[in-house]
Amino acid sequence: MMKKRWLNLGFQLSALVLALGFTTLILLATKTDPWQAYKYIIIGSISSLRKFTDVLVSFVPLLLVSSGLLVTFSAGLWNIGVEGQITLGAIATTWVLRLLQDSSLAPGLIIALAMLAGMLGGALWASLAGALKTYGGVNEIFGGLGLNFVATALTLWLIFGPWKRPGIGSMSGTEPFPNTLWLPMISGFRLSLWGLGLGVFFIILIYFLMKGTYFGLRIKAVGKNLKAAYLLGVPTTRYLMLAFILGGALAGLTGAIQVTAVYHRLIPSISSGYGFLGLLVAMLVNFQAIWVAPIALFFAALNIGSIQLPIVLKLDSTLSGVLQGVLVLFVLLMDGVRQMITRRSGGAS
Amino acid sequence: MHLLFIKQMNINLNQICKHFGKLQANDHISLLIPGGTIQGILGENGAGKSTLMKILSGFIQADEGEVILDGVQVRIHSPADAIQHGVGMLHQDPLDFPPMRVIDNFVLGQSGGLFPDWKSVVDEFKQLSEQFDFKLRHDAYVDMLTVGERQQLEILRLLWLGAQVIILDEPTTGISALQKQKLFETLKILAGRGKTVIFVSHKLEDVENLCDRVVVLRQGKLVGEQLKPFNTKNLVNMMFGKSIALEESKSHSTDRIAFELRDLSLEEERIQIQNIDLKIQAGEVIGLAGMEGSGQRPFMQACAGFLRPVHGRILVNGRDMTGMNYPAFKRQGVGYMPASRLEEGMIPGLTLSEHFILAGQQEGLFIDHDQWQEVTREKIRDYNIRGKPESPVESLSGGNQQRALLALLQQPLKLVLLEHPTRGLDIESVIYTWGKLKERCCDGAAIIYTSSDLEEILLYSDRILVFFSGKVSAPLSARGTSVAQLGNLIGGKDWARIKTGVGVTA
Repeated sequence: MMKKRWLNLGFQLSALVLALGFTTLILLATKTDPWQAYKYIIIGSISSLRKFTDVLVSFVPLLLVSSGLLVTFSAGLWNIGVEGQITLGAIATTWVLRLLQDSSLAPGLIIALAMLAGMLGGALWASLAGALKTYGGVNEIFGGLGLNFVATALTLWLIFGPWKRPGIGSMSGTEPFPNTLWLPMISGFRLSLWGLGLGVFFIILIYFLMKGTYFGLRIKAVGKNLKAAYLLGVPTTRYLMLAFILGGALAGLTGAIQVTAVYHRLIPSISSGYGFLGLLVAMLVNFQAIWVAPIALFFAALNIGSIQLPIVLKLDSTLSGVLQGVLVLFVLLMDGVRQMITRRSGGAS
Repeated sequence: MHLLFIKQMNINLNQICKHFGKLQANDHISLLIPGGTIQGILGENGAGKSTLMKILSGFIQADEGEVILDGVQVRIHSPADAIQHGVGMLHQDPLDFPPMRVIDNFVLGQSGGLFPDWKSVVDEFKQLSEQFDFKLRHDAYVDMLTVGERQQLEILRLLWLGAQVIILDEPTTGISALQKQKLFETLKILAGRGKTVIFVSHKLEDVENLCDRVVVLRQGKLVGEQLKPFNTKNLVNMMFGKSIALEESKSHSTDRIAFELRDLSLEEERIQIQNIDLKIQAGEVIGLAGMEGSGQRPFMQACAGFLRPVHGRILVNGRDMTGMNYPAFKRQGVGYMPASRLEEGMIPGLTLSEHFILAGQQEGLFIDHDQWQEVTREKIRDYNIRGKPESPVESLSGGNQQRALLALLQQPLKLVLLEHPTRGLDIESVIYTWGKLKERCCDGAAIIYTSSDLEEILLYSDRILVFFSGKVSAPLSARGTSVAQLGNLIGGKDWARIKTGVGVTA
């Protein structure tokens, strides 16, 4: 058993080496010095406290959305609609903030209500994809993809229509909210400890939910064999819907954080691709909640670290995306290789 | 072609050894098979039969020992290698490509040019089918064929590729009595034409009916050999190291009605079943006999609440359950055990203990793992499962998965529905399984089960329903029915002489 674990770790490490090797080749092909590029990524992410807090700002939404995706993944669902769920969370949050910003309620209460609304919005959007799947027989990938487009269209319509800035609507988003409606931040930095706290709280919650509860076990059972789970007495439709709702609520909270702690308004690309990046994280951790935080932190560091690449090396900052994507591909590939090897050496008649 | 003149191949396996980890699957097995004979390889599950045959057919390599074909020592590295040497293997599940035509499947294994020469291939196919008296159409689609016909297709393909030796691994699993008879005829023709047939099975009866000679494996060793005529008692002794027989079964039927069907009509894609009236007493065992696809499955599904009847009523313990779904049936005490263990019955990747948690009652939010470990250990003892609470279910052997499925059925039950509860099990496990099921009957559960083993049906049932293309017989008493009578009914004969629970059929 122990030997097997080391073997698995070996394969995962070799995937990391291969991914780095592949990215290096790409860099060489574009006539860039790979060491320079990697050095600037590291410097750009951890060289100063300010930069590291920026990494954490990117880490919080990725952590939240990945935690939610862990649940849908465990239920055997490809929740591609997660981008739309983030967007709807942001829209719902913005809506409540707009509604209550002139009221006499305490700002803290308004923010709390807005964030709850964000979770509800995400959950609602996810349950649409869920209902399409469980009652309509529409694969969640297609349903989710369609709803993503609808969510984007809805955002643009709001920004240029009913919620446009006084005068003229612009791609820069809605009118920013006053400071009092921002999630409190550490002074001098962009990081909100409240956001970080929520992220940490939810990944711990999901960890225990999936590991120790009846709910988590049933979600896993549904994901691994829907038919057998039904025969054993698990109400499968209900658990599929619950997985969607929980995943959607966390995606919605991600959107709420983007509005209350990062942009302080609704912008057209409010989800910032965190949904798709979260899918990569969820794939990489292979259902193990314990790995979500470290991987999400690593990805966030890559994101922030590569921001200055265009300035110093004339290299597009999407290099981090290349590395992240290649990493996932190689991990999946090495996992296939591992299975092939262990199957060949084992297997009695 | 080379098929037309008679060439016989002698097989000599010398001191074959193979181990998987600590398990010695084949332990110095030596065996001589003369050409043109039907050689039986008998043994219970896990005796090492399949391993030996996989070595001969190139799927795996032996650790030690020699394979000598016609006096020449050969090394067989792959199945393609094996067929080059004239050895072909027919697997437990046909390895064909259902959405394609017969002739496409036929050509697939052939090496050579990009474009098959269709005309000559079709001619050769027809010639071969004629020679062995197969009634396969080359332009039929494979998914329309029966399992038996698919076996024929696979045999033809192997012959066409030049096989002198054909290995069949448990070929009678999951096929009807009629298909089995047909298969045996085919194999006898093959042997008559000089081919060597190796027949691997754990079914004594099949081996006795078909083979010229038989060797018995037990725990990786070759323990004995017999020529026709066989001494059954002796063979059983060799297989199990002790003598056992299917024991007499006792009825636990009471006069309380546990389950009732009133004028029930069902419709599924191709099958219609009409106007069934049936009352089952608590403790009674009802066997469903018939070829696969004759309507047993929709019948069982209706009894479990998966399939909504188009007409009539279903009553569980006197309560009208018509139109309700499976969870409602389950709450009323109806348990259902599917035939395919890992596809429908269990969840690969989860442990035994996790299965008992899923099937059990939730207490609180968090799982008390210690408590469930204890429950699982108890079930493991109680049901004689070889495994640990933390074993993933896919690591258990077929017999142990079966016992685990039985253990997972809730307690108590009013009605237990079982699809092929003993398929693929050795005799000891069959006896054990029925012992456990009869305990359920003692506790007042009624049982409905399907089986393609007629002796099992006659031995363990109180009454029998025979299915033939959607027709359902009135319940026959198991005591007053013989294997021959049952066989005829399953094959569609003698229906005029019995009552059916059925009006019109489509």
